[in-house]
Amino acid sequence: MSSTKEEAPAVRVLGLWASPFVIRVLIALRLKGVEHEVLEEVVGKKSELLLRSNPVHKKIPVLLHHGKPISESLIIVQYIDEVWSSNAPAVLPADPYVRAVERFWAQYIDDKFPRGIRILKGTVDGNKDEIVEQLSTALQLLEEAFLKLSNGKHYFGGDNIGYLDIALGSHVGWVRAVEKIAGVQLLDAAKVPHLVAWADRFCAHPAVMDVLPDADRFVEYSVKYGSFFPTRSSTTK
Amino acid sequence: MSPSTVKLIGAFGSPFAHRAEVALRLKGVPYELLLEELMISKSDLLLKHNPIHKKVPVLLHGARTICESLVIIEYIDEAFDGPAIMPTDPYERAMARFWAHFMDNKCAKPFMLSVWSEGEVQKGFLKEVKENLALLQAQLEGKRFFAGESIGYLDIVLCSLAHWLTVIEEATGVKLVADDEFPDLRRWAKEYTSNEIVKQCLPDRDQLLAFYTAHLERYKMIAKAMLQQ
Repeated sequence: MSSTKEEAPAVRVLGLWASPFVIRVLIALRLKGVEHEVLEEVVGKKSELLLRSNPVHKKIPVLLHHGKPISESLIIVQYIDEVWSSNAPAVLPADPYVRAVERFWAQYIDDKFPRGIRILKGTVDGNKDEIVEQLSTALQLLEEAFLKLSNGKHYFGGDNIGYLDIALGSHVGWVRAVEKIAGVQLLDAAKVPHLVAWADRFCAHPAVMDVLPDADRFVEYSVKYGSFFPTRSSTTK
Repeated sequence: MSPSTVKLIGAFGSPFAHRAEVALRLKGVPYELLLEELMISKSDLLLKHNPIHKKVPVLLHGARTICESLVIIEYIDEAFDGPAIMPTDPYERAMARFWAHFMDNKCAKPFMLSVWSEGEVQKGFLKEVKENLALLQAQLEGKRFFAGESIGYLDIVLCSLAHWLTVIEEATGVKLVADDEFPDLRRWAKEYTSNEIVKQCLPDRDQLLAFYTAHLERYKMIAKAMLQQ
């Protein structure tokens, strides 16, 4: 699989370690055992390669596979699963209905968490109490989804982490960080005990542990850079 | 798997419900259409099956419930036998999903707001609409459909550009796109709306125009709320 010639690695990821969206891609690649190179962007300054590779959104992550760019984290994760389909484990579940359920929740997660986290970090104006309530409700729903999907096993994906584990788990770093920053409780063992246990297992998983740092590192990042996400006006989501 | 009843909760005039219907018809899946009257109230059935978003379409397949039009299309493609809706190549699939996501996340708001805003704000949204359309047109690459020779995922996803766009222009009196702009998109729109399968579930243009005209104030309110967010 590895080349003997001098050439750019077949699989490269343009990213930033603190981005949950980048973390998703790295987890998927590690899970599949795919050799890859990570090109770390400089915070606040987008590289020429990034701008060329994702001219539409100019955002990380971008996966470059033999130079061809793929953008949007969940799309990249599905791409990885499809290209390296012969590498176990499967990321997407085999059953079309379970897939649909996981895709539904992954979309829901990205509707709620990125914005909610930005508000709790103070990057964007918003009603923090309202957000805590919204995210708590979301986590409650996800706790129920976990019980249904895991079927008594360790992960949303069952015996191993899968698409939905990655979609939600990638946000755990920042969720725990904003709990400290805003002084709130989201992953509350009294309210969502199964998710709390799942989060610990997820973070300790071999494909995850080296790319999802502790909450403190995210807190440090937030202090250092003011915000991970560029400051947005209150008129954009 | 033993055959189970397929029902689709939709609503007249919804491009999202249309997406689901086209997918079912392309796949050759018989279904019962349950129409909501969203302007009046949401049915118990809808609220029961889509408690989180309370929106159409909702696909009911036996005991299964699937919400969100893009999720529904992929489910239909994977759960039933029939002609493929998604491309087979992983890179093509990723591209199709990317542009679907672009349509739903980046295009909807500027389209709505370019019609309902005024002055400099409107100019800004109009510019964005044209940039978005240029990007989408580029994906056609001179092909008959976004998917190639026959209709596929991205064609279905972009249906509102093919049919709803000019209706909204007429209902609101705001011309978003000049007659000579985006010729490839216009050609594609004609191909899409004249497709035999699409025609079976495309809302009648006059009825659609009457619908939007009757509910103009409502859409204006939705747009103004969007602008304030």
